Amino acid sequence: MPEDGTPAVEVAGLVRRFGAVEAVRGIGFAVRPGEIFGFLGPNGAGKSTTINMLCTLLRPTEGSARVAGFDVVRERDEVRRNIGLVFQDPTLDGYLSGEQNLRFHAELYGVPRSVLPDRMRQVLEMVGLWDKRGDRVQTYSGGMKRRLEIARGLLHSPRVLFLDEPTVGLDPQTRASIWEYIRDLRAAEQITIFMTTHYMDEAEYCDRIAIMDSGTIVALDTPEALKAGVGKDRVQITTDDDEAAIAALAERFGLAATMAEGAVTFAVASGEAFVPRLFAELGMPIRSVSVSRPSLDDVFMSFTGTTIRDAEGSSKDWMRMAMRGGRSR
Amino acid sequence: MRRTDSVENTDTPDGAETSDDAEASDDAGTVREADPVTTTERDQARGARAGAAPVVRVAVPERSFVHDLRAVKIVLHRELIRYGRDRMRMVSGLVQPVLWLLVMGTGLSSLMTAGRGAGPAGTHVDLKTFIFPGVCAMTVMFTAMFSAGSIVWDREFGFLREMLVAPVSRSSIVVGKCIGGAMVATLQGAVILALAGLAGVPYDPVLLLELLGLMFLGAFALTGFGVMMAARIKSMQSFFALMQMALMPMMFLSGALYPLSGLPAWLTVLTRFNPLTYAVDPLRQAIFSRLALTPELRRTFDPGVTWWGWRVPVGLEIVLVLLIGLVLMGVAIIEFRRSE
Repeated sequence: MPEDGTPAVEVAGLVRRFGAVEAVRGIGFAVRPGEIFGFLGPNGAGKSTTINMLCTLLRPTEGSARVAGFDVVRERDEVRRNIGLVFQDPTLDGYLSGEQNLRFHAELYGVPRSVLPDRMRQVLEMVGLWDKRGDRVQTYSGGMKRRLEIARGLLHSPRVLFLDEPTVGLDPQTRASIWEYIRDLRAAEQITIFMTTHYMDEAEYCDRIAIMDSGTIVALDTPEALKAGVGKDRVQITTDDDEAAIAALAERFGLAATMAEGAVTFAVASGEAFVPRLFAELGMPIRSVSVSRPSLDDVFMSFTGTTIRDAEGSSKDWMRMAMRGGRSR
Repeated sequence: MRRTDSVENTDTPDGAETSDDAEASDDAGTVREADPVTTTERDQARGARAGAAPVVRVAVPERSFVHDLRAVKIVLHRELIRYGRDRMRMVSGLVQPVLWLLVMGTGLSSLMTAGRGAGPAGTHVDLKTFIFPGVCAMTVMFTAMFSAGSIVWDREFGFLREMLVAPVSRSSIVVGKCIGGAMVATLQGAVILALAGLAGVPYDPVLLLELLGLMFLGAFALTGFGVMMAARIKSMQSFFALMQMALMPMMFLSGALYPLSGLPAWLTVLTRFNPLTYAVDPLRQAIFSRLALTPELRRTFDPGVTWWGWRVPVGLEIVLVLLIGLVLMGVAIIEFRRSE
């Protein structure tokens, strides 16, 4: 465990180009030991490319990165011994049983045979697959496979666990349970978790998140601080005449309101304090009002000027190129 | 299902550890009975985790020769497990050789006997006996290629990544693949050897061991070839298309199906350049040395391989095949090292 205070991950000026495409454009950050650190961004933002560089699967074009205190280029084997990986695409052998997959991993990583049975049981129990260990992985569900991969990533007691989109393609219930494992894991294993996601709601689980867009980090902080930074709350009201309400809001408060989810919606600083004024000065009856704190969606929007879904559409082709480069290795 | 869900939601990750032991495992039991389809494995996990012992920590050792050796062994072991589990592959791998041996062998034998007339023992060679070593080589060849192709398969299914990010040298992975593939191919060859009696080849234990050894050697060289190709080829389709393209000519030019003497010059040259020639010939010589034949027949059916009239000794052929195998494996290692 990195108790000496060296960052679990330390990145400076990291760049990766695929031909003419610059997938990662000079990023820098540090992850503290024991943190759950999230990389949030649409597909194609450069998250997977970054994670591949940190895992020594991809050589940085420029810049440096240290993981668990070791340089990813010069001390590649040291890095590899100290990290666990769960990839976006499954990397299990379906012909082997869950246990055999783990055993394969243990032998490749040189896990001492004396501790292997205990360790294997422990990780399998942690993800709830101990009873299924003899079954072929082919017969596992998507969620079970992902959990087996998490168990495998942990088998050699890595100091940093990389999870690349650990819940992509899974149903909400399974996603929730994977998250439960990840949080329990940190408590049990004293491990740093570095993950990427493009689900906003998942980013909430992280201690800190870096928002990545088009190869750069546009924001990095705790989810709360990021949301507070947006400053404005979202207010939704319903009235008898929404058209008139929108006009009145513009006229009397100078607010640009739109219709969303069947209600007049606008953003305003400290929304709760604004409500009494609203009732007093709008000049028309209001049937209901709701005030909500900014979500990470709002954060993303304020930093990138687009929603994460729209961003995905525009960067898809670009992503494919970057992925092709990344995957062939 | 509902009930457990609410239990799940109320227990905090921390609080559950000590207090929920009995309750959680109980839950798991009832859920499984009530609704086998939606059994959430989470519940089982809860139950198990509640009684978890202190964390077993693992220290991954420095890289060493012993560690690399372990990696070789496990890669090899995986090949064997996969082969053992894939009955379909075992059976389908047998179809082609059996067709050659029984159908072609028998069909063409009638042609030969028509010309020569059946004589007393020792004056007649059954075509089945003649092509038996060729069929052995063929079986081994196709199985070895298939094994090597599993690297492309692993790449497509992502498993190759699991191997490539491990803190072991790439060479141990390639060596493990080559030896594993050769062992699998030899096992498949052993099944063909079981049919020796049908081809009039005696079940002499020494002969059988000799054949197994020779098959292993040939399989090793071919797996090396396959792995070398697999390092570059990214899709299963192109791998098999290419293999088909390479294997067929190799087989036809190897002396698997006809003796290599008295051929036209162009064909003689081509067969001498074919590595498979030197894998098939020792097999045939081993078998024919055990048959009671007149010297004249032996010369006709087992002429060996000649270079400008000089008969290449079996020992040299074996060394040649081994060398080819090692060189191909070396190239494969370099290729895998180079890919980041």
